Amino acid sequence: MNTVLRLPALKPAGLGLALAAALAVPLISDPGTASMAVFITMYVGLATAWNIMGGYTGYISLGHAAFFGFGAYTLGLFLVHLGIPAGYQPFLLVPVAGVLTALLAALIGWIALRTRAATFVIVTIAFMFMLQLLAENLVNLTGGGAGLGLPVPSWGGDFFAIPFYYAMLALAILGVTVSWVIRRSKFGLGLLAIRDDEDKALAVGVPTRAFKLAAFVISAALVGMIGGVYGYFITYIYPQFVVDPLIGISMVLMVFFGGLGTLSGPVLGAIVLEWSQLQFAYHFGASRLYLIFYAAVFLLVIRFLPQGVVPSIADLVARRRHGRAAGPPGPASDSAEPPTRIRPGLASP
Amino acid sequence: MTLVLEAAVLGILTGGVYALMASGLTLIFGVMRIINVGQGALVILGAYLSFVLFRTWHVDPFLSLIVTMPVMFALGVVLQLIFIRPLTTDREALSVLVTYAIALGIEGILGYIFSTNYVQLRAWYETASFAIVDFHITYVYVFGFLLCLAILGALFLMLYRTTFGAAIRATMLNRTAAQLIGIDVDRVAALAFGIGMATAAAGGVVFGITNAFNPGSHYDLISRLLTIIVLGGLGSLRGAVIAALIMLVTEDITAVVVSPVWASFAFFVILVAVLIVRPQGLFGLRVRDRI
Repeated sequence: MNTVLRLPALKPAGLGLALAAALAVPLISDPGTASMAVFITMYVGLATAWNIMGGYTGYISLGHAAFFGFGAYTLGLFLVHLGIPAGYQPFLLVPVAGVLTALLAALIGWIALRTRAATFVIVTIAFMFMLQLLAENLVNLTGGGAGLGLPVPSWGGDFFAIPFYYAMLALAILGVTVSWVIRRSKFGLGLLAIRDDEDKALAVGVPTRAFKLAAFVISAALVGMIGGVYGYFITYIYPQFVVDPLIGISMVLMVFFGGLGTLSGPVLGAIVLEWSQLQFAYHFGASRLYLIFYAAVFLLVIRFLPQGVVPSIADLVARRRHGRAAGPPGPASDSAEPPTRIRPGLASP
Repeated sequence: MTLVLEAAVLGILTGGVYALMASGLTLIFGVMRIINVGQGALVILGAYLSFVLFRTWHVDPFLSLIVTMPVMFALGVVLQLIFIRPLTTDREALSVLVTYAIALGIEGILGYIFSTNYVQLRAWYETASFAIVDFHITYVYVFGFLLCLAILGALFLMLYRTTFGAAIRATMLNRTAAQLIGIDVDRVAALAFGIGMATAAAGGVVFGITNAFNPGSHYDLISRLLTIIVLGGLGSLRGAVIAALIMLVTEDITAVVVSPVWASFAFFVILVAVLIVRPQGLFGLRVRDRI
């Protein structure tokens, strides 16, 4: 939300309107749209959560699907092994799934964050496949490749998706709020400093190791909770469908599409891309053709909008506002900077 | 005990293939500082190219390399020119996404043409075996190993005995300095990417004979190749070869001693253990900001 909604009066009004619209979605929609809305809000939450690590610190994790799957399995295993009946109680276990995912992320992060840049990317991928293997191999616990069946919610029919929609929406709002609070905090400033120059950040007294780990754990915990709701929603989970590399890369693509390190970018990216992907899947069936669509969007965005949509629009607006007479003002000269170093610390969050 | 020995021999033989595929990957990283997440998909693409030649004209898979390696080399140069070279800023992060997109695009196109059914390359040496003392070795593993040895040997000779190889190594060490002494680093980068693709084609043939594959097989493959080059140390050719051998030998021995389902897991455990002690990998250099 760099400058798009900069006017102070417009911002709360816009937010309120968006929130009201989001809350009203199930009232005006048919069952098909409602389950589409579940997926879209799910990705809004995932992209926002990923951005807390990837966008703010610049550490690209391609393995966040590991936490998504871990959350789904944690909730599923609780329901199955503790014999918790289907209903609304499983939603109360979602925070528990979040806490356990946070513990796992602390362990993984402790190892993965010894590395930087390219190696970090690869190590996160390795951990994701490790988790997928565990889900497949611990047959007694997870059911292995045969999958894990969760209790089926007692409500059904047209109403089925709606509780899940509100659960996903609550988590998405939680994610955006956490992300917003972090951006405005000293902690967030430290994360941005790490992204710009980790060694200098350490030199000026930013506890880089602790900050990186904290961002990683927060990001993973949110993803784990969303995974838990997702697992209950689909009621039958398989290792390769919840620890799915495509889910991991989708959230990354959405963040890059919307604007890395911005608050509204991941939200916008998730809505646009997940909606178009669902349309694509709906019209072209279950074929893997949408992979080609994904690849094309990816390549076009990186080629032409390496900063993402939101910062690019913000730049455009700012340039128009300042006019040409004033000479190239801030944003214009900033655009010559590397795309992921878009000084969000200085812009209004 | 014989079983363990047999597993170790098999691990070394199949390790050669992974060494070849990983060496292309680490070479590309070394020269351009980019991680080619698409390497797995390109290996699968190479395997499908050989599969098409085999299905239409019954070309022997190994012989088809005469066609597929130059084709893949050219494709690599083109991909580098169109997608990688324009990345001027933050190329390490953006290149991961670009090459991931290339991988998804290849998977989508292959899935559209060939469907997701598994296929496998066929040849007489695929099942025929010979015996040494007690254990049987299938010909294809030996042929594949020899092929990889030959290509790796050629790669090392090129790197350490030719002027072009010197230019590549100079670019790996210091891009700016290489430019200053008159090396056309853009040309070196394009050719290195092409060479990486050619090794993917060769790896694809051996992979395609020893494994059934479908367009989605690249996920498993790339996760293995990436962990190999991280264990070996990014940009180290020697590291890639040794790490590949460690990986396959560990896997094959685990498969015999414990259970096949835990084979890949054993390697990940080794990787994690190494990373805790040496984050830069076995042969990697600890460069600030690069690790």
